Amino acid sequence: MKQLTLVLVTLIGVLLLQAAMDLPDWSDPASPASLHLSSHYLEKGLEETGVPNIVTAVLADYRSYDTLFETVVILAAGLIVLTILRRTLRRRPKAVRPRPQRESQDIILQGAARLLVPAIQVFALYVVAHGHYSPGGGFQGGVIFGTSFILLALCYDLRVVLARFREKTVLFCCAAGVLLYAGVGALCMALGWNFLGYAALAGMLGSTEVMARSHGILAVEIGVGITVMAIMVSLYIDLASGGDLDEGL
Amino acid sequence: MDWDASLLWQFDLLLLLMAVICAIAALSLKDLISCAVIGGVYSFLLCLAWTEMLAVDVAFTEAAVGAGISTVLILGTVLHLNRRSKD
Amino acid sequence: MDELLPFIVAKYNYWAALILLLIGLYGMIAKNNLMKKVIGMTIFQTAIILFYISVGEKKGASIPIILEGHGVASSTAPVIEAVAYANPLPHVLMLTAIVVGVGTLGVALALLQKIHRVHGSIEEDDILEDLRNRPE
Repeated sequence: MKQLTLVLVTLIGVLLLQAAMDLPDWSDPASPASLHLSSHYLEKGLEETGVPNIVTAVLADYRSYDTLFETVVILAAGLIVLTILRRTLRRRPKAVRPRPQRESQDIILQGAARLLVPAIQVFALYVVAHGHYSPGGGFQGGVIFGTSFILLALCYDLRVVLARFREKTVLFCCAAGVLLYAGVGALCMALGWNFLGYAALAGMLGSTEVMARSHGILAVEIGVGITVMAIMVSLYIDLASGGDLDEGL
Repeated sequence: MDWDASLLWQFDLLLLLMAVICAIAALSLKDLISCAVIGGVYSFLLCLAWTEMLAVDVAFTEAAVGAGISTVLILGTVLHLNRRSKD
Repeated sequence: MDELLPFIVAKYNYWAALILLLIGLYGMIAKNNLMKKVIGMTIFQTAIILFYISVGEKKGASIPIILEGHGVASSTAPVIEAVAYANPLPHVLMLTAIVVGVGTLGVALALLQKIHRVHGSIEEDDILEDLRNRPE
């Protein structure tokens, strides 16, 4: 089986190399990928949206429809894991795994966690808010915020985190982020423009159209951040406890 | 711009070579926890390669997601399964 | 041969992405352990992302964050040339790809735990034997 796979994989490699010969050279400024639409985004992005980070501008404004459904995909993945693993009734006994009993408190780990977790959370909020001007944005900030809860669960116990951030709140946050994102889009549609056309908010916020687009981008990034944070926490608590939520790693 | 921030091909080659070695190692080791950790190292090396290729947002996301979340999820699952794999 | 050498040197990013792709594909097909298959899947996904990102790079360019937006004072009107910045479009697509990849990883690991709960092992041979022996 393995020899056959090696032959097959080498064959596929040769075929792909044959196709790669026709592709443009690396880092060629005149390659077709860089000519048509992305030059428009680079040249007009700042003056149309007021956001210097062109990746955030394209992600949340020019291609905001894709980002909305990407957020929905993440939400769906979290819900699927919940559906597969989470049970309240245990029908067969848990497999016996030899694990050391943790009676003592790990002073170093818990002290370090207590110092680090607030800093991580503030950094995550900074990454979301400063995504217009530096690398960052909703996804990165949301993931970093989620890892702060995972750090807490690793250094203390899963029950400590669940006492602070209950499962119902986690699921509420997952849905609230997507609701915020789609809500901004629906609001733009109700004000007469296209779905997710942020220039509609100019009248409501009392600013120019360019600044309205910038604020619309911030609003949807916050929505994405909330959903991603909640889904990361939900994935961890379901996978690390095997669906029982009684003890973690 | 008076500096050329792109295309240090020696650095790039080194990073991609180490990434290939890590990928081969992650699939050949018998202990699944080591596979998870080497997977985290692989993600981090790719993050450095993408920073060198001027994709800073993508590198940020890969560092947070690949080297952080992905490794923790795989570790959390492996502790519920058999830790030793037969191939 | 003399057209092979410039091919290797000028397009070596495609070589790197290709080798990682083939390693990931081999892991997904040939390995018996299901967890190794999942790790092969993540290697495959990151190889694709490497390919796209390397397509978007430009020689002598900088990151796609426009300097003029930070209040850098200039006496004349700022002229933003597209050739001085890296192509942002592959970066946007690959951001989506990375996050969807972690969602897929979560679902795959949940399925793995369920399979282990039902069959007692995550090696393909053992699972097939268990399915054969099950009185169904």
